[in-house]
Amino acid sequence: MIDSLYIAWRYSGHNKARTATLVACVTLIAVLPLSLNLLLKESERQLLSRAESTPLVVGAKGSALDLMMNTLYFDNEVPELIDMNAVDEVVQSGLAAPIPVYARFQARDFSIVGTTLDYFDFRGLEIARGRPLAVLGECVLGATVAARLGLEPGDAIVSSPETVFDLAGIYPLKMQVVGVLEPGHSSDDLAVFVDLKTAWVIQGLGHGHEDVAKTKDPTVVLKRTADSVVANAKLVQYTEITEANLDSFHFHGDSGVYPITSVIVVPRDTKSGTILRGRYLNQATSFQIVEPKQVVDGLLQNIFRIKNVLDAVILVVGLATVLAIALVFALSLRLRQRELGTIFKLGCSRMTIARLLAAEIFIIVLVSGSLCAGLMGVVDYYSGDLVRALFIGGGVNLA
Amino acid sequence: MIQINALQFNYPSADFRLSVQALEINTREKVAVIGPSGSGKTTLLNLVAGILVPEAGRIKVDDVAVDSLPDAGRRDLRITNIGFVFQDFELLDYLNVLDNILHPYRITGALKLTAEVCRRATELTERMGILSRLKHKPEELSQGEKQRAAICRALLPQPKLILADEATGNLDPENKNLILDLLFESVAEQRATLLAVTHDHDLLPRFDRVIDFREFRVTGAP
Repeated sequence: MIDSLYIAWRYSGHNKARTATLVACVTLIAVLPLSLNLLLKESERQLLSRAESTPLVVGAKGSALDLMMNTLYFDNEVPELIDMNAVDEVVQSGLAAPIPVYARFQARDFSIVGTTLDYFDFRGLEIARGRPLAVLGECVLGATVAARLGLEPGDAIVSSPETVFDLAGIYPLKMQVVGVLEPGHSSDDLAVFVDLKTAWVIQGLGHGHEDVAKTKDPTVVLKRTADSVVANAKLVQYTEITEANLDSFHFHGDSGVYPITSVIVVPRDTKSGTILRGRYLNQATSFQIVEPKQVVDGLLQNIFRIKNVLDAVILVVGLATVLAIALVFALSLRLRQRELGTIFKLGCSRMTIARLLAAEIFIIVLVSGSLCAGLMGVVDYYSGDLVRALFIGGGVNLA
Repeated sequence: MIQINALQFNYPSADFRLSVQALEINTREKVAVIGPSGSGKTTLLNLVAGILVPEAGRIKVDDVAVDSLPDAGRRDLRITNIGFVFQDFELLDYLNVLDNILHPYRITGALKLTAEVCRRATELTERMGILSRLKHKPEELSQGEKQRAAICRALLPQPKLILADEATGNLDPENKNLILDLLFESVAEQRATLLAVTHDHDLLPRFDRVIDFREFRVTGAP
């Protein structure tokens, strides 16, 4: 058999294009369903683990899926905004603890998540380097964000404008990195966490600027009365919050109507959760409450329904490939009749010729298998990132 | 060495019949077979080698009745006792010269590939003047080098009978004589019998005997 393998190896090496084509076909047809299966399993694991650890989410009425994906995975699809009254409602119910989430803005393709310190406790997020959020304008980076952007505590990161075409839009905010999280192998690794108020500053609801009452530049003042001073657009707003200008930052309007994307609701117990869900079933409210586990189950059902269709397609393509490979071998047998005739004339039996062909198939399967294993290893290694990029989203930068 | 009696053979789908009443070739004899194209010279070599089986009659090689052997027996006889040199070399293009020469050892259990065989292969190629071409593929060789490699492949198992089917047919005059010299030299060293089909009448004086196929009855299909 070793001699047959040697001859088959020489033949395969001599006919590189044919061998490479066959190996590519076999590898592809094996890798496709296996990697799809692996990615779906990983997506199921990620979706379920995250969903199971998040009891309830309150958000604006609309797509429960968008709401869940934005709250749990900081997906780019921002659901309709709600206001801080939603948080107050949960507090007043006395049935659960609310954790507001405002995942709308981005910094260098990673989501900026405005929340409170309760979020870190709720998710069990540990600070690997630096310290937690303390002051307006600070941020804590997920492990992947820090690694990919090469940022450490003491560095800064600038928020991205929502659109470059909005000349009247808000200025980017330069945020100080004060901490980096331990890797959690979840969407938290891919987020830039800021205090809720910092997120509102990014939006322009809060800002800091020179005290117009004390300004020495008269061209900045539009109108001055005994009670108030009105500045014009010349007044420059700060784009970075520092110790020196921190006190000048302030918010306008009613903080109760400041926007957030959702509220993670942590009921005191199962009963409280059930009561709370009942309350939100009331059609009069503009909020909805969703149980992420249920949403994910529905999503997975759809995904696996699509997977079944894909499996059937891959099976058909696989059969077609096997037939094509059989045809290639049948045709190559015709082309190799002279060569096989020579081998036969030299004294080779038909069984040995069959063994030579079997050895060629074995080599192709072996090389394809090795390639397949290598590719599966790569897919497995990057499955977490791939799942977040392909299935879950969230503006993942794989570069 | 070879005894043929009342041999009858025809290809089922061809208008051809070979009939040889009696033919005997002695051990260590060098015999040339001549005759017009299509007269059955190659068919005779194939019958002697056991590649084809006669309809009737008897073929004995070294007192073994080839026609009555089973497939496996004919294969073993062919690979251990008969060396075949083909007209167009029939080297495998995906193997280098050394692998081509050793190929018979790799496709049958009847021959054992040992270090001694490899040493003999090297010696043989040195004598044939292709030692420096061992790692080359057939496409990199000249016609003469290809035929030398093919002769090495036929001689390496030290067969008692060498069948050469127009072994010099594709060569220029200079190479023809050189190849024939090498073939005769090796046949003499191995004390083998040579049955060679040739169209080249200039080479005939060098053989012990010439068999003219026109002497045999070659007719159309009945």
